[in-house]
Amino acid sequence: MPIKAPATGEVDRATRLRLYQLMVELRDFEQRAYELFLENLVRGTSHLALGQEAIGAGYGVAMRADDYTFCTYRGHNHTLARGASMGAALAELMGRGNGMLHGKGGSMHLTDVKHGAMGSYAIVGAHLPIAAGAAWSAQVRKSGQVAVCFFGDGTTNIGAFHEALNLAVVWKLPVVFVCENNLYMEYTPIEAVTAVKHPAADRASAYGLESILVDGNDADVMYEIARQTIGKARAGGGPSLVEALTYRHGGHSRADPAKYRPEAEVREWMARDPIKVYRRRLLEAGIGEAELRDVEARAQQKVDAATDEARSGAPATVDEIERQVWSDGSATWRN
Amino acid sequence: MAELSYREAIAAGIAQEMARDPMVYFIGEDIGAAGGVFKATVGLFERFGPDRVRDTPISEQAIIGAAMGAAMTGLRPIAEIMFSDFLATCWDMIANQIAKTRYMTDGQVALPLVIRTANGGGTRFGAQHSQSLENWAMAVPGLKVVAPSNPADAKGLLAAAVRDPDPVLFFEQKSLYGVKGNVPDGEHVDTLGSAKVLRDGKDCTIVALAAMVPKAMQAAEQLASDGIQATVVDVRSLVPLDTRTILNEVVKTGRLFTVEENPRLCGWGAEIASLAADECFDDLDGPIVRITTPHVPLPAADVLEDAAMPSVERIVATVRKSMR
Repeated sequence: MPIKAPATGEVDRATRLRLYQLMVELRDFEQRAYELFLENLVRGTSHLALGQEAIGAGYGVAMRADDYTFCTYRGHNHTLARGASMGAALAELMGRGNGMLHGKGGSMHLTDVKHGAMGSYAIVGAHLPIAAGAAWSAQVRKSGQVAVCFFGDGTTNIGAFHEALNLAVVWKLPVVFVCENNLYMEYTPIEAVTAVKHPAADRASAYGLESILVDGNDADVMYEIARQTIGKARAGGGPSLVEALTYRHGGHSRADPAKYRPEAEVREWMARDPIKVYRRRLLEAGIGEAELRDVEARAQQKVDAATDEARSGAPATVDEIERQVWSDGSATWRN
Repeated sequence: MAELSYREAIAAGIAQEMARDPMVYFIGEDIGAAGGVFKATVGLFERFGPDRVRDTPISEQAIIGAAMGAAMTGLRPIAEIMFSDFLATCWDMIANQIAKTRYMTDGQVALPLVIRTANGGGTRFGAQHSQSLENWAMAVPGLKVVAPSNPADAKGLLAAAVRDPDPVLFFEQKSLYGVKGNVPDGEHVDTLGSAKVLRDGKDCTIVALAAMVPKAMQAAEQLASDGIQATVVDVRSLVPLDTRTILNEVVKTGRLFTVEENPRLCGWGAEIASLAADECFDDLDGPIVRITTPHVPLPAADVLEDAAMPSVERIVATVRKSMR
């Protein structure tokens, strides 16, 4: 597989520790969300990104504080990677009044605007044009901000993907489109329903963009490609389309045990677990076992504290139902 | 007062707001150098330049998505969808994204944007370029819905829509683009959610919207010569809905007729009829009657289209029969 691995150069020790810490936090959060689901405390559906942490972490660490993140219903990690509160996120999953959206959005819509997390979008493809719009705004305001838009492989077959790519190139917008190719469009292998082998990278040339295919399970690679693509956008060089190969450790959503995946494939990708791979690399680079254990312990403490915060919240209040349809805070449609 | 056509009033409204607020940007297909396919944006490109008046590809999802992303990050965009029928191609952006994001994020995101679109029939364009679709928008919580009936309202309500902090769908009736009327000089800003009583009568209340307003007014004139004095209310804004004005006029006359260009089922008139039945039952002296297009796609041929849409004659005949 011709994976274009950007020169990882010298990712410094502090950045590497940050990448590791963020990936471990995202992993622990998703696992905790799953445990709370088994306790029947998390309701509805949720789409975990276990195994895909390197992409969110790589971009999260490379982004400027005022850059914009747009993500999908599988968006816990991208939202948290911008610094959103874990406690508020778990509380939202649990339908609590202290939830990030006061119970009105749920797992598929985590948003934290003050941290640049501009929303999790649950209709496939919709947020690509929206991210382009935020980039257009940054461009005309000359703010230097960049919009980064994460989406799955299945999105490359919907019209909004193509409309957004074309507009972003024509208007030379500061936006980075990041396709997380986890090989499955929900339950169906992406290659069974796509005209080209690499659903995003092979389409890049249709928009005059460089074809970029990277190992989405390698945190150094993701950090480096994030720096390059964000840097290009910020410098006025226009959009990029990145395809990052990765793998979901679980099914599409709560309802999916993912029995359709060949065992050998699952084994291969579990061995490429981005956190295991990165831990080994850091040890080889001379970072001590004790330091990594300390990072892991702190991540666990953070998730435990977030869990306590979420559990302590009262259920969302019914007063919320008729609030915030409009900017005056009301839901009033008549006088 | 200056006499402007409805299309000139639209352009004047956009120009007024773009001159006032540098954060107002305008995007759409053929809106720039071409001046819009309905010539409702003539002169804007020359005055404000290609950065603020931007032509787009035929990509309605990209147009509306871009407007949303821009609105949530500091701009006040106006986006044009050439024919309201094309709203169907970007309805996800409007109904799922724009309408719901403020609510789902409990107010973290504000979306001050306007979607302008040419709406309605009477132009022999056939069923995919003639629909009156304001009811689609009215049915989705989170969208404001405006449809002016004359040049002064077109300018004033458009200005109000641009200044409104929430998303507004602004329906311009194609058959009215050439209609002329007096528009106040200088800055003109109207109020969303205010209906207007255009004519006072003691016998019945006719409630109409957009192109049906001039028809209702003509019908009222004819009815007067028969001795039926009709009040005519121009709804102007479906969301917010000025129920106070509308229901007050219903109570005064005891009879309610709605005139809707849209097909029969679930039209805005049904909502007003329901409100009148709920809240003015004791004041009603007879059945509420809705005058609509039959529940069919609009046909193209002139004789068919004219017969399908509510006409002055049909309004007169319906009111007369019901008031007998």
